[in-house]
Parts: sequence; structure tokens; C-alpha cells
Amino acid sequence: MNEANGSKMHLEFPVQGGNFSGAGGASSSIKNVLKQLGIAYDTIKRVAIASYESEINIVAYATRGELLVDIEPGEIAITAVDIGPGIPDIEKALQEGYSTATPLIREMGFGAGLGLSNMQKAADDMVIESVVGEGTTVKMKFRLS
Amino acid sequence: MTLNEIIKTFGLTVYAPPADGRVKVEHGYASDLLSDVIANAGRDDIWVTMQMHVNIIAVAALKDIAAVVIVSSHSPADETIGIAKQKGVCVLGTGMTTFETCGRLYAAGIRERGKGTI
Repeated sequence: MNEANGSKMHLEFPVQGGNFSGAGGASSSIKNVLKQLGIAYDTIKRVAIASYESEINIVAYATRGELLVDIEPGEIAITAVDIGPGIPDIEKALQEGYSTATPLIREMGFGAGLGLSNMQKAADDMVIESVVGEGTTVKMKFRLS
Repeated sequence: MTLNEIIKTFGLTVYAPPADGRVKVEHGYASDLLSDVIANAGRDDIWVTMQMHVNIIAVAALKDIAAVVIVSSHSPADETIGIAKQKGVCVLGTGMTTFETCGRLYAAGIRERGKGTI
């Protein structure tokens, strides 16, 4: 498949909460698939960044979740769905530097309050839906140039 | 400078060898915050950090970083080295601090990109 033809692809990657050493597995697989499809480097980079930050958010905060990838002509959609605590104030969570990370998360170099903002910068479009006590869904879209 | 020249000039310890030591390194970044590295480091950069856990390998692979330099004689865990080798991510080490390492690299002509890379 390449960016020009009409085929579609759907991929799903489960992500386990708390599994820091496994984090990055899904984004690495997504990156490889996109490389094989001949997608432009800049697009691969943006999708990989958003996928990785999504994985880290699930690992750091949620019980479990998954990344759903939909590759279509002209667009890639990444949806990160989790079962977890939810985000009480999405606007605040999007502010650079704001974080609710625990000391353990920070010790590993995460929790700088940059993850969601990196995702927003990387994606052409990002929507966050969250229910406190239930979970969060982040939908991101990437246009293929 | 090529990555091989950097390793030789600064006497860096090679924990996981580069896939291609001839890669030309022109830019560098120093940070212990992974999302900061994701936002600001770029392809073929050298990344200076004190972090040594396995997630640095995922970040380096994600951003196609030429090499990670772990400073202040911190040694990465065997797990980190194993995954780095498996993924072809170059991991180096030095007894120098972050400040000293960056100063030497800067003096050798390596510069920051100065803008985000997302």
C-alpha cells in the first residue's frame, strides 16, 4: 500500500498500565509499518511522537488501554483509549509544565507536563474526551501530504 | 564530526555500538526529561543525559538519535544495553558531567538545533 492507492489498514495495540519497560513497543511497531508503507519521514515522526506519548500516558496513569491506528488514503488516525482515572480539567492538563505525575514517574524522566502538548503539536487535529473515574480517549489525526 | 570521531576524541565508553559510526553528528541536545528530548532533539543528534533506564532507548529510537551519552559514570542496566543492541541504538558513557560533556562537544563544533523538532 502507498499513500496514493485506496486501501485501508486498521491496527490495534494493547498497552498495559504500569509497564514502563514495555512502553514504546506500540509506537515502534507503528513507525515500522509506516516506513514499510513509504509514508514521508516527517509524517512518520509526528505519528511516532504522538503514539509514544500516548503510550506513556496509559502506562503512567491508566489501568490499561490501547492504541488504535487507522491508515486511510490522505490521513492517519491514532486513537488512544484507556480505562483509568480520567482527566478532571483537560484545559489545565494541556498546559505545558502541568503534571499530576508521581515521584516515581518523574524519576524516570517523565511527568514534565509536556506529553499532551507534544501530542497536540505533532497532530493536525486532537480531541480529548474524558470521564473522571472511567477513562480517557484521545483522538488524533495526521494529514498525509 | 562523525560519531566514530566523537567516541575516539572524548574517550567514550561504548555500551552499545552505533549501527553506522560514520554518521555525521552536527547537533546535540542535553536533557533528562524525556518529553523535552522528544520535542527538541532530532535525527542524528547526540543526546547527553543522566537517565539510564530502558525508556531512553525507546526515545532515542523514536527520534532516530545517533547516540545517547550517559554522563557522570552512571552505567546503564544490562536490560537497557540489551535492548539498545537489539534496536541498533548507540549508547555511550563518560565520567564527565553533563556540563563538561556539552562544553567539549560544543567546542568541537556541535550545536543545538535551536528550534523544536516536532
